[in-house]
Amino acid sequence: MEYLSIVFQEVYKILFLLVPVLVSVAMIVWLDRRVWAFVQKRQGPNVVGPFGLLQSLADALKYIFKEIIIPSSSNKVIFILAPIVTMTLALIAWAVIPFSATQVLADINVGVLYLFAVSSLGVYGIIMGGWASNSKYPFLGAIRSAAQMVSYEVSIGVIIINVLLCVGSLNLNDIVIAQKNLWFVIPLFPMFVIFFISALAETNRPPFDLPEAEAELVAGYQTEYSGMMYAMFWLGEYANILLMCAMGSILFLGGWLSPIDMYPFTFVPGAIWLILKILLLFILFALVKAIVPRYRYDQLMRLGWKVFLPLSLTWVVLTASYLFYFNLLPIN
Amino acid sequence: MKISRFLKTIFMADFVGGLFIAIKEVFKSKKTINYPFEKGKISPRFRGEHALRRYPDGEERCIACKLCEAVCPAQAITIESSQREDGSRKTTRYDIDMMKCIYCGLCEESCPVDAIVQGPNFEFSTETREELYYTKEKLLDNGDRWENVLAANIKADNPYR
Repeated sequence: MEYLSIVFQEVYKILFLLVPVLVSVAMIVWLDRRVWAFVQKRQGPNVVGPFGLLQSLADALKYIFKEIIIPSSSNKVIFILAPIVTMTLALIAWAVIPFSATQVLADINVGVLYLFAVSSLGVYGIIMGGWASNSKYPFLGAIRSAAQMVSYEVSIGVIIINVLLCVGSLNLNDIVIAQKNLWFVIPLFPMFVIFFISALAETNRPPFDLPEAEAELVAGYQTEYSGMMYAMFWLGEYANILLMCAMGSILFLGGWLSPIDMYPFTFVPGAIWLILKILLLFILFALVKAIVPRYRYDQLMRLGWKVFLPLSLTWVVLTASYLFYFNLLPIN
Repeated sequence: MKISRFLKTIFMADFVGGLFIAIKEVFKSKKTINYPFEKGKISPRFRGEHALRRYPDGEERCIACKLCEAVCPAQAITIESSQREDGSRKTTRYDIDMMKCIYCGLCEESCPVDAIVQGPNFEFSTETREELYYTKEKLLDNGDRWENVLAANIKADNPYR
């Protein structure tokens, strides 16, 4: 009995995190389409609900009632598993995101490592989907995304090392608290820019949306998917984007800290500051989607390996030398 | 030259410029309309759904001259006529196959009495094919429904004919 009550308590906690995340994923899809439309001087979805806010709900309802088609030549188990993996991995990462000093599901001491590991695993959903479809466009999309996500993971990892050098802890709450006086976006601004661009590549957003480049690959790894399975890919993708925005705001924009450490600002709960920062980053994501053309494959690889990796490595050396020279290394 | 290009790349000048243009565009007025709720302006010459008009006293205008039937390039119009007791020739049947029709407007041009016209309505999609075989009743009904607009359109277009 006691065991059950503990389990229920945990389940409630998880639901309390998951439901808002899923709802905000739906809202963020609407926001994405709306911003995109506004940049192109269109109206965007504005019919379902006030300002079209319920558009994603209507879409989800449609997806639920669509038939799920499983290609006869596909590897059925992996084919079905792929969207589940994508969505699960996108959601479990939220466990370590701190919404305030105490509001965090799992306050583990290797939070950044966990986040990094989970977001790296995200590529498996796409590879599995592309491979199991047994069809050329999904296959090509999966190959591209494997190469792309792995290359940009490297530069994101090195960027995270920069932040960790300044903090001296892998705990996400410690990282946030370390920015109390100065957000890392100011001293590490070039790293923030590279992180943002790598995050775009990591989540297959334009200009790096090669895995689903509709002009070349129909819909990339999602081509053979339909109904709820497609919707799960889609949810996972946007949950991943939100996660990357959350990661960016925790690593560089001071997470749940208020922008000015003064009374009226500190009174606002930290979760709201974090959400605002995530929104700001997401709107940037959406704006970028509207203004950039898609990269060619070799350009993508060149940018990842020959520009971002050396740049971020150099910056690691610079940061480390600076901290060492001025004896600022956070040694506990 | 080379240094300026290098600086431009490093600071992503084109990208940032594009971003600001995008942000500026967001606050400009929209070029699209909210279609089912607001509609675009339609020219008086617009060639939409057909209608058969009547004289103000309720008499049908069509005199069954069959010029429209003859001119119709898609052969979408079928007319049968007979003489009425008062000696006037009127149609007994006036069918338009709206799926054959190519909306060229030649029937309207050929009509000597402005009986067959193409109105401003373009929202007449149906769920079955049969509903698109327009009969005389349907066309006259269209004429009654759209008469105000049709008369105004003919008047507006008159100076240019």
